Amino acid sequence: MAEPLLDIRDLKTWFKTDDGMVRAVDGVSLHIDRGETLGVVGESGCGKTVTARSVLKLIDMPPGRFEAGQILWQGRDLIPLDETEMNKIRAREIAIIFQEPMTSLNPVYTVGDQIAEVIELHQKLSRKQAMVGAADMLKLVNIPNPQRRVHDYPHQFSGGMRQRVMIAMALSCQPKLLIADEPTTALDVTIQAQILELMQEMKERFGMAIMLITHAMGVVAETTQRVVVMYAGKVVEEASVEALFGDPRHPYTQGLIRSIPRVDRSAGRQARLESIPGSVPSLLDPPPGCRFASRCRYVMPACTQAIPPLKEVAPGHKVACIL
Amino acid sequence: MAGLTPASLTADAPAPAVAAPRKNRPTSPWQEAWRRFRRHRLAVASGVVLLLLIAAVTLGPFIWPVAINEIDFTAKLQGPSWAHPLGTDDLGQDLLARLIYGGRISLAVGLAAMVVAVVVGVVVGALAGMSAGWVDAALMWLTDLFLALPLLPLLLLLMYLFRDHFKRLFGVEGGAFILIVVVIGGLRWMQVARLVRAQFLSLREKEFVEAARALGASKLRLVVGHILPNALGPVIVAGTIDVAAAIIAESTLSFLGLGFPSDIPTWGSVLRDAKDYLDIAPHWALFPGAAIFLAVITINFMGDGLRDALDPRRVL
Ligand SMILES: Nc1ncnc2c1ncn2[C@@H]1O[C@H](COP(=O)(O)OP(=O)(O)O)[C@@H](O)[C@H]1O
Ligand code: SF4
Ligand SMILES: [Mg+2]
Repeated sequence: MAEPLLDIRDLKTWFKTDDGMVRAVDGVSLHIDRGETLGVVGESGCGKTVTARSVLKLIDMPPGRFEAGQILWQGRDLIPLDETEMNKIRAREIAIIFQEPMTSLNPVYTVGDQIAEVIELHQKLSRKQAMVGAADMLKLVNIPNPQRRVHDYPHQFSGGMRQRVMIAMALSCQPKLLIADEPTTALDVTIQAQILELMQEMKERFGMAIMLITHAMGVVAETTQRVVVMYAGKVVEEASVEALFGDPRHPYTQGLIRSIPRVDRSAGRQARLESIPGSVPSLLDPPPGCRFASRCRYVMPACTQAIPPLKEVAPGHKVACIL
Repeated sequence: MAGLTPASLTADAPAPAVAAPRKNRPTSPWQEAWRRFRRHRLAVASGVVLLLLIAAVTLGPFIWPVAINEIDFTAKLQGPSWAHPLGTDDLGQDLLARLIYGGRISLAVGLAAMVVAVVVGVVVGALAGMSAGWVDAALMWLTDLFLALPLLPLLLLLMYLFRDHFKRLFGVEGGAFILIVVVIGGLRWMQVARLVRAQFLSLREKEFVEAARALGASKLRLVVGHILPNALGPVIVAGTIDVAAAIIAESTLSFLGLGFPSDIPTWGSVLRDAKDYLDIAPHWALFPGAAIFLAVITINFMGDGLRDALDPRRVL
């Protein structure tokens, strides 16, 4: 089998705070193959963002530090690389877009300048050529009047349009992997669907892989092929979309799926939502045993003894639960 | 929590409604600031007066080509007349010519000292704001130390100590100019440093800085290209006020005889020479005093206008 594009092995990204060590990412393993869309789901505070930022080494150190693990990018570990070497990988190989399109663009430059800056940083092009490239990218992400709008400032764009600009920026150097950290969470529902569709379209065009981070199970169902479920800094289940929704094994995954809002077919009203009681436990010096134990309906004494390892229960389907 | 997004909602093309409303196009934050500044009547009027003042001292010698040191005892201590529009001093020297010459020096000192203060302040503030920990602590300690110093006595002491040294190195006029600029600027950077540090501390956490870093911008590029331009508003305001303060400081020094030597007229030194003749030749003190007053007050009014126009909460 070909080696994965990105292979995260037993990654531990911890933060040293005044109160103690926050184990935000505590032994995460996941991989992404070329051209695939991997969904990473979990409630907020589960360590999804820290995982994503770890891949690009955007963690502030201190307080953060890589306690253990490897981040293999096409077989090469990124953890020992310095900032200069990482800057050659950022945008050119791995790009990221964030949750907040309203504040992710610099207010003092035109969007064209900002896209052109990324192009110039990574390709030997003149400013003029880079600006042409910027307009092309705006056109590609379906922004009307791209030739004119390259000269507009971020505040002249709506949230959805700014997220399109961010996507244009991120894809301007044709990366092999796009990490999208809750790219639609800050947008309203109609716009969300458009942005997800745009990402799909871009993926078909450029053939890059996508790591789509979200707390919304519905988004995962629609756009990804394989899913990793994270809980409290750990991967609790990994499966194909079909297996995950058809046969969810981990009680946390089951809870997430039950909490998806659905439109009742006959009456058109919302069915009762079943949300998981309780909240994500503190990642400050967590107790031994399954981290979901405090909220799990099947919890038993053995659960709090040792952390259940991630085990393969079917081909490509892994679960971390003693059940 | 966002739920399943029904396929029917997936619009085939981005709706035109999504496009931002575009009234008067492209508006950079600087153009927006200029628009707000223009609404500030007093600031605009001050700007015009200041420009006239600058034009007067730069173009003045061509329109009024009278020597600044032509002594004429027959015309001493005269009030304004056609021959001497602003009158003469005790040596019968033409005050208009001397004030034009002095204005060049006073305004140049003000601007140059501001540049020194802003450059030092921006460097110190940026270093402190970007580096957490002991570097930041040390720089802020230094800033507080400078803020706690009694400025005027120190200014006088430094001038007194280094005046001859600089005179030997750079000549009478050049030496005095450089020393005054360095000393005034070197004692006025603290406000800018604090402002810049505060701006940097908040800006470095902004998502657009993070996004630029994530797309491969080096630290230097982040600081110079992304953070600094967004921190400039308050720096410009502080720098404007610094020009006025430096003009006052230079006038004070010259008035006390520790600035430029008295054969080189500046607004402050003319005022000093005039002070003994207040009862018989009040015009002599009046005009340089008015020039200092006018320059300082218009600069401060402009600062007010800029403060409103460059309000960082509105730029970001
Ligand atoms: N710089 C930091 N210092 C301390 N704790 C942090 C830091 N960044 C993130 N964390 C902690 O890491 C945990 C995971 O955060 P995050 O990855 O943002 O979650 P998610 O993206 O899944 O919502 C949270 O408990 C958060 O408080
Ligand atoms: S290991 Fe125990 S507590 Fe954890 S999810 Fe499974 S059953 Fe629940
Ligand atoms: Mg997050």
